[in-house]
Amino acid sequence: MELVNPGLGLIFWMIVVFSAVLLILKKFVWPSILQSLKDREQHIEDALHQADVTREEMKKLKLDNEALLKEAKEEREAIMNEARKIREKMLDEARLKANAEADRIVESARVQIENERKAALIDIKNQIAEISIEVAEKILREKLQTPKDHEQYIQRVIDSKQLN
Amino acid sequence: MRRPRIAYITTCLLFFFLLINTPQSVASEAVHEEQAAEAKAFRPGDMIISHIVDAYDWHIADIGHTHITIPLPVILYDEGKWHFFMSGKFEHGHAAYHGFEIAKEGALKGKIVRYAADGTAIRPWDFSVTKNVFAVFISSILLILIFLSVAKAYKKTRKHAPKGFQSVVEPVILFVRDEIALATIGKKNYERFTPYLLTVFFFIFFNNLLGLIPIFPAGANITGNIAVTGVLALFTFGMTLISGNKNYWAHIFNTPGVPWWLKLPLPLMPIIELVGVFTKPFVLMIRLFANITAGHIIILGFISLIFVFGQTSLVAGYGMSVLSVTMSIFMNFLELLVAFIQAYVFTLLSSIFLGMAVEEHEHEEHHEAHH
Repeated sequence: MELVNPGLGLIFWMIVVFSAVLLILKKFVWPSILQSLKDREQHIEDALHQADVTREEMKKLKLDNEALLKEAKEEREAIMNEARKIREKMLDEARLKANAEADRIVESARVQIENERKAALIDIKNQIAEISIEVAEKILREKLQTPKDHEQYIQRVIDSKQLN
Repeated sequence: MRRPRIAYITTCLLFFFLLINTPQSVASEAVHEEQAAEAKAFRPGDMIISHIVDAYDWHIADIGHTHITIPLPVILYDEGKWHFFMSGKFEHGHAAYHGFEIAKEGALKGKIVRYAADGTAIRPWDFSVTKNVFAVFISSILLILIFLSVAKAYKKTRKHAPKGFQSVVEPVILFVRDEIALATIGKKNYERFTPYLLTVFFFIFFNNLLGLIPIFPAGANITGNIAVTGVLALFTFGMTLISGNKNYWAHIFNTPGVPWWLKLPLPLMPIIELVGVFTKPFVLMIRLFANITAGHIIILGFISLIFVFGQTSLVAGYGMSVLSVTMSIFMNFLELLVAFIQAYVFTLLSSIFLGMAVEEHEHEEHHEAHH
């Protein structure tokens, strides 16, 4: 019976003391502890979130970089291709031009050669004619040493003329 | 209350010593011997109860015939007059003072009473600082000092990891906040009640642990006292009533989801629910009191066995002491676990009751509307 018979004084003091404990802890202890815990949890959560965001950003950045690199590569390829094409075109044009020039030069050379040849032929003909006349003159001079020979020859020429 | 155990061992060893050494004197006075033996005979029940209940002075040890006790102030209010004196005036319950004495029998046994002319015991308003009150003072001051220092540590470490004693308390604080308050009250309201639940938890846990330490100034059976657990339950009860919302009261007086004939003409359900309002704190009170007291009784029971056996034969007493001490050590470890579990259970149940008081029943009303 003594065990379950609550003491009045104990109830009274217990109410007083427990109220005091409750008030003091509620005012000076729990708010700062719970706030600190909350702050720390928030801090950790924020840090983790930040890490996630950063990781995501890094990923994005990496992707961006890769895309940029790819683009640059493609652009370079395109530029190179263009350059190659231009070079080929230029070479072709140069080649064509050179060919034409060469043809022209060859043609003009051929014309000149032809002219030279013709001139030479004429020259040769003239010389042959002169030499022939000289030879003929010399032969005639040799054969017509006497006036009689002259007459005979003139006679013969006249005769041949008459024959014509 | 484990403190008196040491006192008791000392006392009883001395008692045995006297028995062995004074056979002639005992034999010479047969009648006196009989009375003395009866008085001195070991009564486990009395010993155990006297260690568990509250007292007006704090008995520390007996050396020879000298009782080492701390007298505590007695404060009485009787017939319009206040009486203040130290409990030493009662001479350990043997003397009366100003007409007041400690009742030795009856329903008021162990309490200060005044006997009227016709012999009936009258109980004055008793605000005495008893052993348990004194122990509550000490433990509460310790508790406040400890937690003020912990709170200071939190201000210092801020967003960094806890240090020292702070890291011992922190998991428990988180446990109470997350596993008890948040789990049973819910996200919306739990922050309102967390400080109260933390206070209750640490108050009970701390006093449970102090109750296991047998040396003064610990060792008073605080949480195993029905007045203490009753006051704690009263706080939970009061908080439940204050914070109870519309739904809570509606649930009690007009329980949704039950047939109308359970409410009219005889309000069966409201009566049951209303009784439930009072049984909840009552259960809180009884559960903590019974669990802690039971643990203490078992340990004291094992210790008593030594002396019960010792009375029949000295050898049996020594033999039994080995077993008893082993079992007591085991029980003490078990009690450490119980100290935590009971603090947890009390806080959890308080939290559940508070959670019920502030619960929103929107889904239920919605459900009702469909029918």
